[in-house]
Amino acid sequence: MATQSLTVVISQSQGKNPSKRQLEEDLAASLMLESSIDVSLVPHLYDLKADHSGALFLQSLRGHVLVLAWMYPRAARWTLDRFGIRGQAGLSELEEFSDEEDPETELPDAPEESKEPGGIGSVDVPDRNIYCLDLGQESDPDVFLDEIRRISRELAVETVDLMEWIEGNPHQDQLERYLHPERMIADGDGDGNGAAEPTRRRWYPVIDYDRCTNCMECIDFCLFGVYGVDSLERILVEEQDNCKKGCPACSRVCPENAIVFPGHKEPAIAGALGDVGALKIDLSKLFGGVSSIDLAVRERDVELVRDGRDAVGVSVGMPKRQADRDPDKRDQLDDLFDDLDTLNP
Amino acid sequence: MADDLVFMMGEFEAVLPADRTYAENHLWLQPDGDDLRVGFTAYSVRLLQDVYFLDWTIDAQTDVAERQEIGEIESSKAVSSLFAPAAGRILEFNEALLDDPSTINTDNYGAGWLYRFQTDNEMLNPSVYLELLEKGWDDAQRMLKGQMN
Repeated sequence: MATQSLTVVISQSQGKNPSKRQLEEDLAASLMLESSIDVSLVPHLYDLKADHSGALFLQSLRGHVLVLAWMYPRAARWTLDRFGIRGQAGLSELEEFSDEEDPETELPDAPEESKEPGGIGSVDVPDRNIYCLDLGQESDPDVFLDEIRRISRELAVETVDLMEWIEGNPHQDQLERYLHPERMIADGDGDGNGAAEPTRRRWYPVIDYDRCTNCMECIDFCLFGVYGVDSLERILVEEQDNCKKGCPACSRVCPENAIVFPGHKEPAIAGALGDVGALKIDLSKLFGGVSSIDLAVRERDVELVRDGRDAVGVSVGMPKRQADRDPDKRDQLDDLFDDLDTLNP
Repeated sequence: MADDLVFMMGEFEAVLPADRTYAENHLWLQPDGDDLRVGFTAYSVRLLQDVYFLDWTIDAQTDVAERQEIGEIESSKAVSSLFAPAAGRILEFNEALLDDPSTINTDNYGAGWLYRFQTDNEMLNPSVYLELLEKGWDDAQRMLKGQMN
């Protein structure tokens, strides 16, 4: 009974930045008082190993989940997807571009349409919502609390319908002892013997399957054996720890901007939704900038040399990009040119 | 006086006036007293479309290296960093554009000039620039379309 309509999971910051920790604690303390919300803390999502109790806990959740993490919502969503924690992308009013970006994704009663056109989408997506909020977006806990309460209310309206498919959370009680918020906060400063399992910083690509077209440019380009394909011939990050820390080269060669490195300094690579790549074309290369492909080649060569291998420059795995594009298929650039043609007699 | 040249971007005629020189990064340069005025070519403007926002990240009276990043531009369809066309010195920016960059669209070869510039480098004559556009057009389209999906 009393299945919680919404589980809020706070994914902690990687460092021990006191202001970040304070925000996490303030949020946890306030959310614990909310009767309709179940709150837990886990270490930074991105750093979790698959068998970490935090990952297992997240996997055990069956209802709606809201994750507060120190990364862009898109990065968090697809990091969760990698752990098999899937659901419809829940609409947050804190996400500036979500309305324009993919309004159809957010309708809870249209689950089949959650793929953006072009992407191969995720597989086995259950009919529940996953909300991701970026803790780095605001410093005022009330902004997050208001939004969480709004989402909780929104979900409460649906609860009657949803009861039939909520199956309960068999593993949750077991794991609660590792993840109980009070204990996590008490151990937050890490005396080493607390309930928190240690995590180490990791670095690996996260694939956004709403954008990924399975074109295989990344597997051709990466020479470190990070990528593989699953039994359905879908691209996947197979050996994530082969990835070279700091190297985002595959993300740069991805024609769909579908590869996210949540910790990278460039918003477009770290998974920003409002990234210019998705909304506007970047003409920097035409006006004299270094192209992202050139950058990627350079970054890859640096890592090859560091590994004692030879730099390969542009000789291996260069993107074919539009090679197999259907020439009859119109795209936005065609429209763009046509629009202008009509204006310029 | 030589005739203006035209580069066809699809059905669009990008005119290249014969009375000035050009830079590989799609800028024109025209003598103005002892200095040069620099602006966007019709090719650039065509790709940018309506310019909303222009910002310079360096001050006037600054020496710049070739391809040094000097500013950024945002239009209805595109964003771009902006880069110096050659090693030289930027003397003065067209202040009027900072308030209303739309002149870039309406008069790119005239009042829509970007900055005054000094350089000792040899720039491209119109026919060389035209050749460069012709050679680069397929790649440019591919690059643009690669980003648009």
